[in-house]
Amino acid sequence: MSWWRTRRTQDLLFQAALLGGVVLLVGGMAWNAAGALERQNIASGFGFLDNTAGFDVVQTLVRYDETSTYGRVLIVGLLNTLLVAIVGIVLTTLLGFVIGIGQLSSNWLVAKLCRAYVETLRNIPLLLQLFFWYFAVLRALPIPRDSWTIFGAFFLNNRGLYVPGPVTEPGFGWVVLAIALGAIGSLLLSWQARRRREAQGVITPVAPQSLALLLVPALVISAVTGFPLHFTWPVLEGFNFEGGIVVLPELMALVIALSTYTASYIAEIVRAGIQGVAKGQIEASQALGLKRSPILRLVLVPQAMRQIIPPLTSQYLNLTKNSSLAVAIAYPDLVSVFAGTTLNQTGQAIEIIAITMGIYLTLSLLTSSAMNWYNARIALTER
Amino acid sequence: MTVDLKTGAAVEIIGLNKWFKTFQALRDINLTVLRGERLVICGPSGSGKSTLIRCINGLERHQEGRVIVEGAELTGEVGKIDVVRANVGMVFQQFNLFPHLTVLENCTLAPMWVKHLPKKEAEALAMQYLERVHIPEQASKYPGQLSGGQQQRVAIARALTMQPRIMLFDEPTSALDPEMIKEVLETMVELAGTGMTMLVVTHEMGFARTVANRIVFMDVGEIVEVAAPDDFFNNPKSARTKEFLAQILR
Amino acid sequence: MAALRRPPRIQVPGPVQWMHENLFSSAFNSVLTLVAFFLIYQTVVPFVQWAIIDAAWSGNSRDACLRFENGACWPFIIERSGQIVYGFYDVAERWRVDVILIILGLGLAWLTVPGTPGKSYVGALMIAVFPFVAFVLLVGGFGLVHVPIEKWGGLLITLVVAVTGIVVSLPLGIVLALGRRSDLPVVKGLCVAFIELWRGVPLITVLFMSANMLPLFMPDGMTINKLLSALIAVALFSSAYMAEVVRGGLQAISKGQYEAAAAVGLGYWRSMAFVILPQALRLSLPNIVGNFIGLLKDTSLVSIIGFYDLLGIVQAGNADAEWATPNTAMTGYVFAGALFWVMCFSMSRYAKALEGNLQAGERR
Ligand SMILES: Nc1ncnc2c1ncn2[C@@H]1O[C@H](COP(=O)(O)OP(=O)(O)O)[C@@H](O)[C@H]1O
Ligand SMILES: [Mg+2]
Repeated sequence: MSWWRTRRTQDLLFQAALLGGVVLLVGGMAWNAAGALERQNIASGFGFLDNTAGFDVVQTLVRYDETSTYGRVLIVGLLNTLLVAIVGIVLTTLLGFVIGIGQLSSNWLVAKLCRAYVETLRNIPLLLQLFFWYFAVLRALPIPRDSWTIFGAFFLNNRGLYVPGPVTEPGFGWVVLAIALGAIGSLLLSWQARRRREAQGVITPVAPQSLALLLVPALVISAVTGFPLHFTWPVLEGFNFEGGIVVLPELMALVIALSTYTASYIAEIVRAGIQGVAKGQIEASQALGLKRSPILRLVLVPQAMRQIIPPLTSQYLNLTKNSSLAVAIAYPDLVSVFAGTTLNQTGQAIEIIAITMGIYLTLSLLTSSAMNWYNARIALTER
Repeated sequence: MTVDLKTGAAVEIIGLNKWFKTFQALRDINLTVLRGERLVICGPSGSGKSTLIRCINGLERHQEGRVIVEGAELTGEVGKIDVVRANVGMVFQQFNLFPHLTVLENCTLAPMWVKHLPKKEAEALAMQYLERVHIPEQASKYPGQLSGGQQQRVAIARALTMQPRIMLFDEPTSALDPEMIKEVLETMVELAGTGMTMLVVTHEMGFARTVANRIVFMDVGEIVEVAAPDDFFNNPKSARTKEFLAQILR
Repeated sequence: MAALRRPPRIQVPGPVQWMHENLFSSAFNSVLTLVAFFLIYQTVVPFVQWAIIDAAWSGNSRDACLRFENGACWPFIIERSGQIVYGFYDVAERWRVDVILIILGLGLAWLTVPGTPGKSYVGALMIAVFPFVAFVLLVGGFGLVHVPIEKWGGLLITLVVAVTGIVVSLPLGIVLALGRRSDLPVVKGLCVAFIELWRGVPLITVLFMSANMLPLFMPDGMTINKLLSALIAVALFSSAYMAEVVRGGLQAISKGQYEAAAAVGLGYWRSMAFVILPQALRLSLPNIVGNFIGLLKDTSLVSIIGFYDLLGIVQAGNADAEWATPNTAMTGYVFAGALFWVMCFSMSRYAKALEGNLQAGERR
């Protein structure tokens, strides 16, 4: 057999050809892009990040003004994305678990209602739901003067949700310290209760003590330092509210749409996870004499969570990626202020798209490698 | 094997009827199992064997009749079922070990959370029973890492750690490869030697012949025949029993 | 022999017993039932009131709707129904779209209704020939008047994007899935990189890329049509997801099948084509349909980059002063939402049925 007819050689040749083709394609595109940029007089590179942006952003979690740079815009946008993602993830988890468990309820009406929720929301495009919340629901709220209010402290109107804003005074640090110490104390307490149970088999309830540990020192220190936290209340001044914190309608719409939509997927994951635990597991626990609560805590939930966590994580990732729909209602997220406004102003399409995609890609890869690690750890227990 | 029956009934079943929706799974069952007795239950698939023994530890609720286990009657009353389950251990066809817990944790779970034993004591107890089923060396493995026969022996140990007075076996060897059946049956024979009251659903006629005090034959939800092994195999009374034996001993 | 008896309790429960068992079996359940009733009462009743009872049903201008302050503005939908389906497609040429929709509908019905003969031929025609027929009909040529792409819109664009996406991404996804399972490191590496790249970023950034970057990549003097670049973006994006679905199917094929194919002397490509892929694709079919549902929903994102798809048309109508009423937006969204829901829900039911068939097949 001649050397060039071996399998190995042919594989190598095929791969070299493929690689060559890809390099040619990418190189050709780069060449074309370089030419186009030259003709349009756009300097390539990341220097533009240091230029002054000069536009306003309606919601910033860090200091930002018109003199800030495009680099700062990137950070502002990223933080706004993370804000939506984190709040959305917390809410969607709560809602998703409630509805997922509800689907398995022995209560006929509750089960059907939860089922209807899932089937309705997951079969309608998220963008449409976002528009619905933003343009049809929140826009239709009353003007500030006719706000809906709770306790005269929270106001909801078509400009957003106004809530009291906390203001700290000197001495607040001590209160935080007291809470932290209380938390450590209650952790120690539950650790000790566990030790006691394992050593003597006695179950000691610690919830009241933990709560007391958390609250009492904090209250005492607050009283001693003269309650170093107060709130600024939103007050109607002319046509709008002053004081307090405002949650923009864009943020509200985005969070509501993302968390209700994603919850319909999480509910299915939770249902499948619980139903996936074999009936025999429950029967075996019952036959051993275990009661309802330890069966749930020690047998059902740990097994269901193993099936739930991997797909749940990818839903969190989906929610984060979907938060980019913000651009459609002009909530200032990463895509909106950076891949949108900044790109339009600077024309640095390649750099900006690359940075934006790079950020999402990094988040995704980090999450999926964490998941691979988790799955590998679980897989160890299989034969 | 010598028969050494302690006095008194371990399980008393009187006029038991059980329905799934409108389907009648058990029909007028009357059965008394003495303390220390080893009962083998056999019969064609779907004849109600599993349903019957699951009624004994309350995994299935019956609608009519009485089930009395070690003096405690299974009524709807709360708490009764816990008393009964404390006395009754069960081994399933599909093992039903907890896959997320190690072998040792499988065996300490119930002692710790039902009997509230300290962890150390529960572990010592579990090891004692794992030694009895000859697999103490597997204690730190997960069920998924064991062979079927080993898993079923762990399941037996797990049930024994609750120190039940009665053990129920629902086809404990049916899901096993032939070479593993032997090790599980040997464990069960050893258990029989300790005087444990045992109700065993099985098609292992060798086991029935040597270990059982009595054999119960069921068909379409009712007890057709109860007999000592010799009588059962050598001169079965009912035609249905003959037919069943002809099939199974072929 | 003990006689068969009926169970002691009445077995077909009366409504009272049914309610006791399923709605009020415990105090907690009773509270849940009341809460659920309250929720339904608070949502369904006002919705029916708004959508049907208090709604404006006739008329041809916004004035007809302004008289119904608290009800849907259906004349808006009726008036815009042409745009909702065809966008701004020349009215005289709309029949061409109708023909395509009819062929598509018939083809899908043929493929999904069980028991129709020649499914594989119809399927091949739908994948290989239909797109070209549709292309010619839509764009023009061969004696048909040219209709510029800027005039396409509504349901038409939605379906064009979704169907192109699925037709391109299926073969591409198969190739990528095979590549990802290849032993050749370069092939595997390239496929993994491609798949993970698109799956790791939001579709909207891909659409932005297609709109802003693809023109730069073209050779000097060559321009790329806006719709084409969006279609490329959607196809690349969805082929990455398709690849993962197909890979799932490939993984479910037992090693024995590969070995058996090799044992009868089939090489790599032939064992894939005749043994492995037919089984893997059959297994993946429910997930492929699921992918298509996702794609159909995702097409709505093209409205962000300036296309008047189903959602875009509705959105444009909402912004139109001619139809400015307090209820126009809500009406538009409810209608578009219902349309999407019907399409997606029926497909998801179909996918479920497929899954059921597969499982039944396995048991046999
Ligand atoms: N949970 C159930 N619901 C409805 N029917 C059941 C259920 N469990 C068992 N059955 C029916 O009751 C009959 C007896 O079942 P089983 O006790 O499992 O039989 P065996 O163990 O003898 O094979 C069978 O016809 C079976 O189909
Ligand atoms: Mg059985």
